[in-house]
Amino acid sequence: MTHWLVAPVVLPAILAPFILLAARYHIGIQRVFSVVGVLILIMISAGLVWTTADGTIMLYQLGDWAAPFGIVLVGDRLSTMMVLLTVVLALFVLLYAISSGWDERGNHFHALFQFQLMGILGAFLTGDLFNLFVFFEVLLIASYGLMIHAGGNARLQAGVQYVLFNLIGSTLFLFALGAIYAETGTLNMADLANRVTLIGPEETVGIRVAAVLLLLVFAIKAALVPLHFWLPSSYAEAPAPVAALFAIMTKVGAYAIIRVYTMIFPPELAVTSGLHTTWLLPTALLSLTIGMTGVLAAKKLDRLVAFSIIGSMGMVIVSIALFTPEGIAAALYYIVHSTLAGAALFLIADLVRAGRKNLELTPQPPIAGATITAGLYFTGAIAMAGLPPLSGFLGKLLVLDAAYDTNLMVWIWVIVLGSSLISIVGFARAGSVLFWKAASVEPPEDAAAAPAPATLSYVAVGGLVTLLAAHTVFAGQVHGYTTQVAAQLFEPAPYISTVVETPGKLSKPSTEDH
Amino acid sequence: MELLIASAIGILTAAGIYLVLRLRTFPVILGISLLTYAVNVFLFTSGRVTVGAPPVLRDDITTYTDPLPQALVLTAIVISFGMTAVVVMIGLGAFLGSDDDHVDDRPALPDDGSEGTS
Repeated sequence: MTHWLVAPVVLPAILAPFILLAARYHIGIQRVFSVVGVLILIMISAGLVWTTADGTIMLYQLGDWAAPFGIVLVGDRLSTMMVLLTVVLALFVLLYAISSGWDERGNHFHALFQFQLMGILGAFLTGDLFNLFVFFEVLLIASYGLMIHAGGNARLQAGVQYVLFNLIGSTLFLFALGAIYAETGTLNMADLANRVTLIGPEETVGIRVAAVLLLLVFAIKAALVPLHFWLPSSYAEAPAPVAALFAIMTKVGAYAIIRVYTMIFPPELAVTSGLHTTWLLPTALLSLTIGMTGVLAAKKLDRLVAFSIIGSMGMVIVSIALFTPEGIAAALYYIVHSTLAGAALFLIADLVRAGRKNLELTPQPPIAGATITAGLYFTGAIAMAGLPPLSGFLGKLLVLDAAYDTNLMVWIWVIVLGSSLISIVGFARAGSVLFWKAASVEPPEDAAAAPAPATLSYVAVGGLVTLLAAHTVFAGQVHGYTTQVAAQLFEPAPYISTVVETPGKLSKPSTEDH
Repeated sequence: MELLIASAIGILTAAGIYLVLRLRTFPVILGISLLTYAVNVFLFTSGRVTVGAPPVLRDDITTYTDPLPQALVLTAIVISFGMTAVVVMIGLGAFLGSDDDHVDDRPALPDDGSEGTS
C-alpha cells in the first residue's frame, strides 16, 4: 500500500499549524512555506494522476482497517483529476495573494489557505460519506476565516449570511447521513452502492428521502437555483484571491453529485429514478438562465463575476443531469474551464480596483495599468461567455452535443444558446463602461496616480489565462481523458471491489452485522 | 420511547426552522442551535433505539447498542458547537461594526469604502 494518496491531506494539515505556530510574525517565511507546499502538492497530484490514468484505483486504508469499518481514501481518475485542478488553481491564487498584498491585510491568511486546501483535497479523495461531511466542514471552517479576511463591515455582514447558510446546509447533510445510516447501516460509499440495491421495492421511503436530502446538500454547495442565495454576496465581498479559490468550492458540490449519483444512486436504480430528469435538469436550466441574466443585471463587477459562476455551474449541472458518459465527460471538461475562467475573472476584478473608488459599473477615470487589465478582461470574458476561440465555446459545444439525443434537447439548446447571448451582452456592457468610457472622464485635479498592480499579479492572472488557452489547444486530449473518466464512473464495479475486498484489519467480519 | 424521541426531534426541528426564517441574527442563531440539537438526537437514534445496553461487545452480552452513531454524534456535536461560537463572533462583529443585525441584504446599505482597509 502506497502512502502517497494521503499526502494531499496530510501535507497541508502539517504546514498550516507550522505556519501558525512557528512563522506567526514572519510574512516572508509564511509565503515561502505556503508556495513551496503548494508546489510539492502539484508534484504529488501530478504523480497521482499519472498513476490512476491507466484505470488503477488507488486505495488508502487509514490505520489499516478494512473498508466498511475503517475510513478509506480512494483515488480514481475523477478524484485525482479534481485534486490536480485544485492545487494548480491554488498556486496562481497564492501568487496573486502575495503580489497584491492581500495576505498582509489580516492575520493567518496562509494558515487558513492551507486548511482550506486540506478540506477541498480531502473531500475529493475520501471514500466515505461521513468523512465527506467532515472534510466539507474543514473546508467551510477555513473558508469562514478566509471570507472575512481583512475585515470591513460589508464583508462581515456578507460573512454572517455565508456562515448561516452553510450551517443550515451542514445540518441538512447530517439529517441525510442519519437517514442513510438508519436505512443501510453503513456510510462507506462502495459498501452503500452494494447495499442500496438490496433494499426491497416496498421499503424505499427512507432511502428516497435520504437521496433527495443529499442532493439538496450538494445543490447548496453547487449554488443551484433556488439554493444559490448565499453565493453572490459572499463571493463579491470576499477578498479577490479568496473568491478565486472559492471558484473550486462550487465544483466540490458538482463532484459530490457526480460521485454519489453515479455510484450509490445510479440513474438506472429504480428507487431514485426520475430524480435527475425531473428535478436536477430543470433547476440546472433555471440556474443557467438566472445566472446569466444576473450577469446582465449586475451593477458591480464583482457581483457580475459571481453571477457568471452561478450560470456556469448551471451549465455544468445541465450536463451532469443527463447522466450519460458523454454528458459527464462534457461536464468535466467544462468544470476545468469554468474553474480557471471564474478564478481569472475574480482576480481581474481586483486588478480593476487599482485606481477606482469601487467596482460599480459607472464611468470613472482610467485605472492604472488599464491596457493589460483590459486585455485580460477581454480574454476572460470571451472564455466565460463561451465565444470562440476559447475553451468555453468548446465546452458548450460538447454539452450541446451530449444533449442532442435527449428528449429535452430543444429546451437545453434554447436555454444554453439564449443565456450565452445574454451573458455576452452583459460582459460587453461591463467591459465597455469600465475600460472605454473611462477615457471620456477627466480625473480630478488633485488625484494622485494609483500605483499599477505588481508584475507578479499579471503573471498570476496571465498564468490562469494561459492555462485556459492550453485547455483549448489540447481540447482533444483533455476531452479524451474526461471521456475515460466518465467511462470509469459508469463501470463502478472495480472501484467497489477494490474498496470492499482489499484486506485489512477486521476484513473477516464475524457474523454480527448491523 | 420511540414516540417521545420522534416528537422531540419533530418539535425541535419545527421550532428551529421557524427561528431560522426570522430576520435578525440572534433568533437565526438560536434556530440553528435547535436544528443541530434535533439532528444530533436524530443521528443518535439512527442506529435504532436500544435502552440500557452497552455499546462495547463482550463475551457474555447478547443485547448491545450500535456504537457508530455515538461516535458520529460526537463529531457532529463538536463541529456544531464550534460553528455556533464562530457565527456568534462574526455576527457580533457585523452588528458592532454597522449597528445592524439583519441577516438579509439591506437595500440602503451605504458603500462605506472600507474595502480591505481595516
